[in-house]
Amino acid sequence: MKRELRLMKGNEAVAEAAIRAGCDGYFGYPITPQSEVMEYITAEKPEERTGMVVLQAESEVASINMLYGGAGAGKKVMTSSSSPGISLMQEGISYIAGAELPCLIVNVVRGGPGLGTIQPSQADYFQSTKGGGHGDYKLITLAPASVQEMADHATLGFKLAFKYRNPVMIQSDGAIGQMMEKVELDEQEERLTDDQIKEQYPWATLGKTPDRERNIITSLELDPAKQEQINLKLQKKYREIEKNEVLSEEIECDDAEYLLVAFGTSSRICQKVVKMARDEGIKLGLLRPITLYPFPVKEVARLAGQVKGILSVEMNAGQMVEDIRLAVNGKIPVEYFGRFGGIIPSSTEVLEALKQKIIGG
Amino acid sequence: MAEQLTKEDIRKEANIVYKKTEVLTDNVLHYCPGCGHGTIHRIIAEVIEEMDIQSETIGIAPVGCSVLAYNYFDLDMHEAAHGRAPAVATGIKRLLPNKYVFTYQGDGDLAAIGTAETIHACNRGENITIIFVNNGIYGMTGGQMAPTTLEGMKSSTTPYGRNIKQMGNPLKMTELVAQLPGTYFVTRQAVHTPAYVRKAKKAIKKAIQYQEREKGLSFVEVVSNCNSGWKMTPVQANKWMEENMFPFYPLGDIKVPEDK
Repeated sequence: MKRELRLMKGNEAVAEAAIRAGCDGYFGYPITPQSEVMEYITAEKPEERTGMVVLQAESEVASINMLYGGAGAGKKVMTSSSSPGISLMQEGISYIAGAELPCLIVNVVRGGPGLGTIQPSQADYFQSTKGGGHGDYKLITLAPASVQEMADHATLGFKLAFKYRNPVMIQSDGAIGQMMEKVELDEQEERLTDDQIKEQYPWATLGKTPDRERNIITSLELDPAKQEQINLKLQKKYREIEKNEVLSEEIECDDAEYLLVAFGTSSRICQKVVKMARDEGIKLGLLRPITLYPFPVKEVARLAGQVKGILSVEMNAGQMVEDIRLAVNGKIPVEYFGRFGGIIPSSTEVLEALKQKIIGG
Repeated sequence: MAEQLTKEDIRKEANIVYKKTEVLTDNVLHYCPGCGHGTIHRIIAEVIEEMDIQSETIGIAPVGCSVLAYNYFDLDMHEAAHGRAPAVATGIKRLLPNKYVFTYQGDGDLAAIGTAETIHACNRGENITIIFVNNGIYGMTGGQMAPTTLEGMKSSTTPYGRNIKQMGNPLKMTELVAQLPGTYFVTRQAVHTPAYVRKAKKAIKKAIQYQEREKGLSFVEVVSNCNSGWKMTPVQANKWMEENMFPFYPLGDIKVPEDK
C-alpha cells in the first residue's frame, strides 16, 4: 500500500489516521494536552473530505454518549480526551462495553489525581486496563510509543473495536501527543454506506425494516440468570482477545540477564538505558508492551525464565508492576521505578535504580 | 330474540373499529394501572404508523419508569444512561440525518441528571423530538422528589412536603427550553382524558413531522400522573393533577413555528 510521509504531532497523526481509516464521527470536548485532535479534524473540513461528522460536545459526558448513539448505529466513531475528561466518560464507556459496541477513545494522559498537571503521565494504567467504570469489563488498550504508532493505532483500534464489538482505548501521554516526528500514513479508506453497515453489522440501529426483528441496544438485563450469561459471554470474549491480540516489542532480549519493562514514553527512555547498560557490560533487555490489555503475560513469563530480575519503569506510582508480578508469579525479583506528577524519568536514574534494586538487590 | 355476537364475530375485520398499532409489540406493559406511560407510548406508536416511518425511526429509552420502553416499541431502540438520551440521540441523528429520532424521558432523567444534555441538544437545534413525561416524582426508585415536584408535595425524600428553602424550586424545563433559539416547537400536553389524548397525539405528530424541516428540536412535555408514587387511586391522581399540576405547568403550545 502506498504510504504518505509527513512531519506531525502525535495528536495530529491520530486524527489524520482516523479520518483515513474511514471514521464516521468525532465527538469531543477540549482539554489539554490533546485539544489538537479536534482542532486538526475541524481544520481538515472532514465533512467535505470524507463526509465525516465532527461535533464539539458540551462535556465529556455528552461526547461519550454521542459515541454510544453513533456506535449503536454501526458507525465508526471516536473521541479523544485527557485523564480528567476520561474519568467523566467512564459511565458511558461502561455502557458501551456492556452493550458490546465498537468505538475508539484516545486518552492523552496527564498527571493526576484530580486536576493534577497537564504534563505527561502514565497514571491511568489501572483505569485503562482494569475496566475503569463500573462492572466487569475490559477495554482493549493500545500504548503508542511514537507518532507513527499514534497513527497506526487509530487504524488498528478501529479494526479491533469492530472485530470484537468492544471499545478500544489508545493510552498515549502528553509527550507522545505533543512531539513531532516523521509519520507514514495509510491511503484513505472509504467510509461505509448505510447499506454496507446493514449488511456487515446486522445489529446496528438503522431503522427496523420488515425483513428483520427490531434491534435493541442496551446494557440492561434485570433477570440475574440472563445477566450472568451476558457477563459470561463478555468474559469469553476477553479470553479470546487475550489469546489473539497481544502485541509487544522485545529489544536486546536474546541474551539479556536483566529486563526492563516499560511502555509509551518511558519505553523510549528505557531504550537509551539498555544502550548505556550494555556499554557498561550489563546484559540488559527491554520488553515493551504495545497492548496494555491484553497484557503480554506469556512474554513476561518466558523472559522471567531467562533473566535474573525485572524492573518496571513507569510514569506513575507503580501500576503495571502488579501485572508483571502476576505473570512472573514469584520466580524472580520484580521491582518498580518511576516518577510521577508529570515528570519523565531520566535514563541515568533508571540505570541507577536498576543497579540498586535489581542487580545489587 | 336478537342473535348474540360471538367473540369470533366481533374479531371479524369488518367489525373492528379500533386495534392496537403494529408499532407496539405484544409485550405486556410493566406500568402501574392508571399510569399515563401506556397511553403516551400508544400515541407515539400510532403517529409512527400513520406516518409510515417505522423503518426510518430510532427511539431512545431513558432511565426511570420507562427504562424498558424498548420492549414496547417495535422499532430500533437504544437504551441510554440516566439523563444522556439527548446526547445519544445527537450521535444517532448526526450520523443518520435522514432518520427520525426521538427520546422518551421522565422528569428526573431530563430535568435533573440530564439537564446539561437536554439544554445543549435544544440549544444546538438538533433535529430530533424529545418527549418529556412529567409526573413530578421519581417513580421507578420508589417515589422520591423530582426536579418538578411541586412546593409542599410529599415524596419519600420530602415526607413533610417539598420545602423550597431547603430543596429549591420546581423546574419549568419546558418554558426554559422554549427560550433557546434551537427549539422549533415546544408544547405541554396531557393524556388524562380522550380529548387531551387526541390533542397530545396531534402535537407529537407535528413534533416528529417537523424533523423533516430541519429547523430545530421539537419538545413535547406531557404532564402525567403517578398514582403509585402519589399514593392515590388513578381517579384521585388525575383529579389532583388537574387541580395542582396544571396551574403550575399550564397546558398548551409555548413556542410554535413562525413559518407554519
